[in-house]
Amino acid sequence: MNIQQFEYLIQGAWGTLLLSCLTFVFAGMLGMAVALSRVSPLKPVRLAASSYIQLIQGTPLLVLMGVCFYGPNLLGMNSVPALFAATLALTIQSSAYFGEIWRGCIQSVARSQWEAAECLGFGRAQRMVLVILPQALRIATPPTVGFMVQIVKNTSIASLVIGYAELSYNAKILNNSTFEPFLYFGCAAALYFAICYPMSMWSRKLEKRLNAARGAA
Amino acid sequence: MNYQFDFESVLSYWPMFLEGAGTTLQLSFWATLIGFVLGVLCAVARSSGPAWLRKIVGAYVEIIRNTPLLVQSYCLIFGMSSIGLRMPIMVGAVLALVINIGAYTCEIVRADIESIHKGQLEAAECLGLTPTQVYLHIILRPAIERVYPSLTSQYVLLMLVTSILSAVGANELFGVSNSVQANTFRNFEVFIVLWVVYLVLSALVRGVFWLVGQFVFVRRRKLGTAL
Repeated sequence: MNIQQFEYLIQGAWGTLLLSCLTFVFAGMLGMAVALSRVSPLKPVRLAASSYIQLIQGTPLLVLMGVCFYGPNLLGMNSVPALFAATLALTIQSSAYFGEIWRGCIQSVARSQWEAAECLGFGRAQRMVLVILPQALRIATPPTVGFMVQIVKNTSIASLVIGYAELSYNAKILNNSTFEPFLYFGCAAALYFAICYPMSMWSRKLEKRLNAARGAA
Repeated sequence: MNYQFDFESVLSYWPMFLEGAGTTLQLSFWATLIGFVLGVLCAVARSSGPAWLRKIVGAYVEIIRNTPLLVQSYCLIFGMSSIGLRMPIMVGAVLALVINIGAYTCEIVRADIESIHKGQLEAAECLGLTPTQVYLHIILRPAIERVYPSLTSQYVLLMLVTSILSAVGANELFGVSNSVQANTFRNFEVFIVLWVVYLVLSALVRGVFWLVGQFVFVRRRKLGTAL
């Protein structure tokens, strides 16, 4: 492997990181909306959110990629940039998972906290923002970091339908011209590992700390 | 929006979709079965094997869980053929999936094995159970029973990610749909059809797991005892 080929792989890794970050930001916002809808006092809202989750979690990311790639065409967009389509698909998919993860965290805040907030005369929004969410945030950090690992891994699929140039796409291109699969895919795997493993470890550490804090309380 | 939807020409390929769905289910079935056995063995090895084995299994689990399935299957399928090892694509695909799901199963089961209460083990010892009996009846079986819901979700996800294997040439549902797209140029409609078929398939897999659970975990059905 010469230096240019290595640079090409690193370029791919940048593509992966960029797509992951964009996804995390947008999926975070949309996922929060989904999570809040899931615990909404209004039944139709709850129902809509849970069908959204069912619909998204019941289909592979590849299918979502296809829909997000060809769908905007039908709505009159002439060319869909690969990064846009990939971010859209990953955002939709991750938001469903985030919604489900965060709903669990919100609901695991002790019942008495909800009641106490009510007794203090907080409105619904105040109770959520001032009392419940700050506590849910602490519980939510480890699984959220854990799911970020999933997002990074899921970006690899953006190369298949959409053809977004990220790490595994570039590795495939290099392999196609040189046919040394172990070398290039091995390097790609190593780069993925270098991105994901620290996050996995961090998530585990956070979880341990949280468990310790809860055990002491 | 002035797009004319044309599902008819896509749906006329239904025998291909059906065959693809069959292949997807077949892939998932073998991957689930073999991956479960591999995962449980790894979990046992990782929680009570000798130190060197624990390290190897630990490395395996971390490497697999921190790299994407796509790269793993590229590595395996293209790698195998580059060193002259030829195998049918279905075998390669199942192998890639087994290696992947084995690591996830291992992690799920191991976490539960390690959280087993010490009193349970002492009680079992007091009852005079042999170490093998303790392992089978006190540790492993209840552990799998407790994590059964998580395993179900993981295996439904496995069925969905078999679609990735189309990238290395497996002719499952997603792979088949590529040729339908090429024949009809109705890409969007094909993806909508795929979406529906996958929804049905995941409901099906979930149903099968529920049914299997009803038969395997008789205790829960009969007594409703706490796990």
